[in-house]
Amino acid sequence: MLYSDKVMDHFNNPRNVGVIEDADGVGEVGNPVCGDMMKITIAVDDSDHIADVKFQTLGCGAAIATSSIVTEMAKGLTLEDAVAISKQQVADELGGLPASKMHCSVLATDGLKVAVDDYLVKHGREPIAGEVKSADPNFDPHADEDHHHDHDEDDADHVHDTAGEDGSCSQCCQRP
Amino acid sequence: MENVYFDYAATTPVDERVVEAMMPFFTERFGNANSLYALGRDAYRGLEDARERFASGIGAESPNEVIFTSGGTESDNAALVGILSRLAPQGGAHLIVSAFEHHAVLHPAEWLEKHGYEVSYLRPREDGHIHAEDLKAALRPNTKLVSVMHGNNEIGTVQDIAAFSAIAHEHGALMHTDACQTLGKIPFDVTALGVDAASFSSHKIYGPKGVGALYLKRRTPFETQARGGGQEFKKRSGTQNTPGVVGFTRALELMLEEQPAEMERLARLRDRLILGVTSRLENTEPSASTGKRLPNIAPLLIKGVEGEAMLLQLDNKGIAVSTGSACSSGSLEPSHVLLSIGCPAEVAHGSLRLSLGRFTTDEQVDYFLETFPPIVERLRSMSPVYARMFGSVS
Repeated sequence: MLYSDKVMDHFNNPRNVGVIEDADGVGEVGNPVCGDMMKITIAVDDSDHIADVKFQTLGCGAAIATSSIVTEMAKGLTLEDAVAISKQQVADELGGLPASKMHCSVLATDGLKVAVDDYLVKHGREPIAGEVKSADPNFDPHADEDHHHDHDEDDADHVHDTAGEDGSCSQCCQRP
Repeated sequence: MENVYFDYAATTPVDERVVEAMMPFFTERFGNANSLYALGRDAYRGLEDARERFASGIGAESPNEVIFTSGGTESDNAALVGILSRLAPQGGAHLIVSAFEHHAVLHPAEWLEKHGYEVSYLRPREDGHIHAEDLKAALRPNTKLVSVMHGNNEIGTVQDIAAFSAIAHEHGALMHTDACQTLGKIPFDVTALGVDAASFSSHKIYGPKGVGALYLKRRTPFETQARGGGQEFKKRSGTQNTPGVVGFTRALELMLEEQPAEMERLARLRDRLILGVTSRLENTEPSASTGKRLPNIAPLLIKGVEGEAMLLQLDNKGIAVSTGSACSSGSLEPSHVLLSIGCPAEVAHGSLRLSLGRFTTDEQVDYFLETFPPIVERLRSMSPVYARMFGSVS
């Protein structure tokens, strides 16, 4: 697994770190149990453009880099254009991400979506981002990856008896 | 300071004295140890001389109890599958392995489970040790094999294998131990530990990669897992890696010569690291700190920081470490070892393993202790939850 130079640049020198005081919209996604947690705050101007955006992230190199670049990409965009940023665009902008790290870019775009909808709902308007799975505390960031939750799979990576009593997988945030 | 290597439990550089011992077997004494002519006989002598010295180094009764393999993983696989498939060819036997084994034991155990064997995954307690009474409770009438690692590669705890062998034998079961992390580092003697089988790896002790050994006590039931020319007493076919075996053996001898002084030196450096980190940074602790432990592993939990982020920042400063975080090295789950000792997933994501070795110095420890705290403080200051979870940002 190798990170591109641009991922390392954004990881080592993250842009727009912090919290906007009295932010117009706040998006918090992820879950510390899964090792990834992101908070995006936005300031919105009178013409529905993102005037400022900041982030805080607990996570790996890719989580920090994707948060950083999504703030750069979002600044100055209309709310509609901001929620349309895709995980693939984030990954492309960073010069690619390892396959096992693609979920980090989902977290970054989701954080932005939640922040935009938070702003709209606070102002009595309809949300535009649609369902954001990672805002759910039970979100599994790895669900769309080639990862075996079936404990009978030949190459399952789990020790069987560590599965949680409620049927959840205590090792990878999979919920029943 | 450049190239500070704190990952000796992952692999080690080959010692120059080991390279020197190996060199003649690449170019001059290159014969196939199974050939009858002079060149073959010479290689055979080199191989068998190494086997005798290796057997003596691990306390085996006879050189014929040592089978050279391609490494620790092959040895572990062969031990579990080879012993059980001879003892109970139709399945039905029960195997006990500890839940914090290396995957080289866990995955063959899972494979056996799918092929007609019963497997129990014995959990260590929160102190990072397997307790004898828990092993006794896990025994079943059909338990045929117990496998518990000698030293844990992530948290460094050393298990009481002699006691577990006695329990297994009293029950009529055999005992295997994965000793890849302990061979040469602390006293290890197959007879004193009473094991029937043990796995070893060369590259963990300044020997070459691609070489390992499996100790199989005389008369231990074993079905070969590599059929072919019948080398290694028909237990592991394939032309022997004579230079590798000679290097591995020399590496073991050097470890044993230096062991008493090195154990003391490394334990002191380990404790300096643990105390240095925990006194400089709040919300940090060793993941295991009681009972018998390897002198060269400092296992740390840095709460509220993700391990890969620490690893990459340390790498920027020339320091190489390991982490049990989910995000490390492409794996998606936090360390099964830390989870098995009751460490919550959100804390396991912030694990850092520093493992020390022959070329670790006090200056390198100083450099780490100076470099590391600002990295953690910066990452914590970027976290949306650190202040909420742990109070004030340090």
